[in-house]
Amino acid sequence: MSHSVNIRGGRIVDPSSGRDETGDVFIADGKFAASPAPGAVEIDVRGLVVCPGFIDMHVHLREPGHGAKETIETGTKAAAAGGFTSVVAMPNTNPVADHPGIIAWMEERAAQFGAVNVFTTGAITVGSQGEQLAPIGAMANAGIVAVTDDGRCVQNHEVMRRAAEYCGLFGLPILDHCQDASTAGAEAMMHEGYWSTVLGLPGWPRMAEEIIVARDALLSEATGTAIHCQHLSAAGSVRILREAQSRGVRLSGEVCPHHIALTDESLAGYDTSFKMNPPLREQSDIDALLEGIADRTIGILATDHAPHAVYEKEVEFAAAPFGIVGLETAVGIFCEILLHRCRVIDLPRLVAMLTINPARLLNLDRGTLAAGAPGDVTILDPQREWTVERETFASKGRNTPFHGWKLRGRAVRTIVGGRTAWHLEA
Amino acid sequence: MIWTRKDLIALSELSAEEIVFILDTAAEFKGVGQRRLKKVPSLRGKTLVNLFVEASTRTRTSFELAAVRLSADVVNITATTSSLSKGESLKDTAKNLEALAADLIVLRHSAAGAPQFLAERLQAGVINAGDGSHEHPTQGLLDVFTMRERLGRVEGLKVGIVGDIRFSRVARSNIWALTKLGAEVILIGPPTLVPREFERIGARICHRLDEVLPELDVVNLLRIQHERQKAGYFPGTGEYASLFGLNAARAARLKAGALVMHPGPIHRGVELDGSVADGPHSVILDQVTNGLAVRMAVLYLCGSVALKEEA
Repeated sequence: MSHSVNIRGGRIVDPSSGRDETGDVFIADGKFAASPAPGAVEIDVRGLVVCPGFIDMHVHLREPGHGAKETIETGTKAAAAGGFTSVVAMPNTNPVADHPGIIAWMEERAAQFGAVNVFTTGAITVGSQGEQLAPIGAMANAGIVAVTDDGRCVQNHEVMRRAAEYCGLFGLPILDHCQDASTAGAEAMMHEGYWSTVLGLPGWPRMAEEIIVARDALLSEATGTAIHCQHLSAAGSVRILREAQSRGVRLSGEVCPHHIALTDESLAGYDTSFKMNPPLREQSDIDALLEGIADRTIGILATDHAPHAVYEKEVEFAAAPFGIVGLETAVGIFCEILLHRCRVIDLPRLVAMLTINPARLLNLDRGTLAAGAPGDVTILDPQREWTVERETFASKGRNTPFHGWKLRGRAVRTIVGGRTAWHLEA
Repeated sequence: MIWTRKDLIALSELSAEEIVFILDTAAEFKGVGQRRLKKVPSLRGKTLVNLFVEASTRTRTSFELAAVRLSADVVNITATTSSLSKGESLKDTAKNLEALAADLIVLRHSAAGAPQFLAERLQAGVINAGDGSHEHPTQGLLDVFTMRERLGRVEGLKVGIVGDIRFSRVARSNIWALTKLGAEVILIGPPTLVPREFERIGARICHRLDEVLPELDVVNLLRIQHERQKAGYFPGTGEYASLFGLNAARAARLKAGALVMHPGPIHRGVELDGSVADGPHSVILDQVTNGLAVRMAVLYLCGSVALKEEA
């Protein structure tokens, strides 16, 4: 199959170079080229936007161990269908990816079955138990791009400090699921506020996130290691992040679609499609997150794609696992809210948050259309109207809170290394 | 009015008119319990399942007796005897009960939202007998029934609810019913057990029992659970009793005719002194009697709708 393609006549938006103009993009043998390759596939994208391939740096592919929820194959197909050319896989698999052997297995599976690029992460601590450092150096050799105990959070600050110091040796960033266990409490299921009070569900207060964001600011400042706060949900986290960044601390943050699209009121019917960690919060939190996006405090958009089997979610609220799928709805939600509804940022900014910003944090040679870089492209139609239909998902997961939503903005073609991984049927 | 609900899940979703309608129906059923022949044929030939996934003796007994007095056939299922303890999902248990043609299911469950989960999936009527910290609607109704019966009205009453408000489904059902019917609700307890969010539901919060005691028409004392002490919500039952216990000295400051209530089981010496529990203000046993009438009314009303839908 040809890995050469000439993409003609689109609006080229490449924030890595500041380029925003109508023109052609060429991929020769899987890499961006300055001139058209002979015998390349011709694609006419007039009226569409040509972007560097989107990167989702927060995805649960569930393999090894949870194949009923998702596999590397189905998860990467979902990524392609959502416009993502690269995903970063979280290590909370079974067994936990805390060892180079598991990383190597995942890399091999991804090479064999992946519809898009898969980048691996390794656990910070053995079994993500928060006690003993995992073999980070050996995992770095095996190819991880970051360490994280996502799904859990290292509670012992000294362990986290050692992890940050040790990661400096390999230039690896730490991705932190910011959750203070004592203030969140073992039973917490939703945002602590009016709705948790009405529904009688144990609350997860904002401070449970903010305390750890503040801790991470101190640790990043002290060690110089980049710490990235995952799936931010609380207003105070944005303030802490902003303050730290103003002093040059290498603390960054990401926002997921649901945390800017929904509030805790959505839980009024005990629908487990709205149960995730961190939880949906209040409008004032959404406002703070949008402000953080607008003033660049938050530079990265991600999904926290967390598929579960239908039978796992169709249970009483307390028994349901946390998490929702996101790969196939994220671009639509981000376009709808950030570009059209709230007009928080313009298109080049949106593209940067999905491409060069995560690429820089994770030291990936992607997120750019520069000649020589891997030929990953997302063709975007920011005006395209569509309706979310969960039964059409490529993911195994159906656990979306957005079923039936009408959105404006969708990826229409996903090109990975010069090869079309997915395109929208006309 | 015409009753249209097959389920009773939460008082938060009922209108004032619906609540009053249940209370009026319960008043009629109360007469049945005072007859020599304590039975009416309203649910004859119908099957009620008491599905108690969380332990309870008095609520289950009350529902069972209510169903028996309506001539229904009753099956009791408790967590330890059911397949739920073998890992069967609530959904499958419910579908099995429906396959066995249960007409009404009374559900007690530790998970908030479990009755709604069943109600959305079953044709049978589902009655919430307490779900986690969410609601205990028949308890709320029987409390309001008792106040109305004893004091002649609900509107304008000042009702103090004392204790573990944070985790209490009884408190929530009381707050909804009372505020909808025009009573003033004052929540009393330490800040750890009385979160500020309750103000947004329409209740007033006071952390000192002695300040408000003389103005109250009703004092509803909630059971204090030892697990809360272990979890650090208050230092100990001794300190709790000294600050919030209704002892004889405090009871002496009650208004004449004020009611002392408790959903039971009571801790004598903690929430209230034995002399107060057995004293002239106490209507704790009236609550038990009225609970039966209220549950008969609820089973009768929801049962009629559920049966009509089946037909």
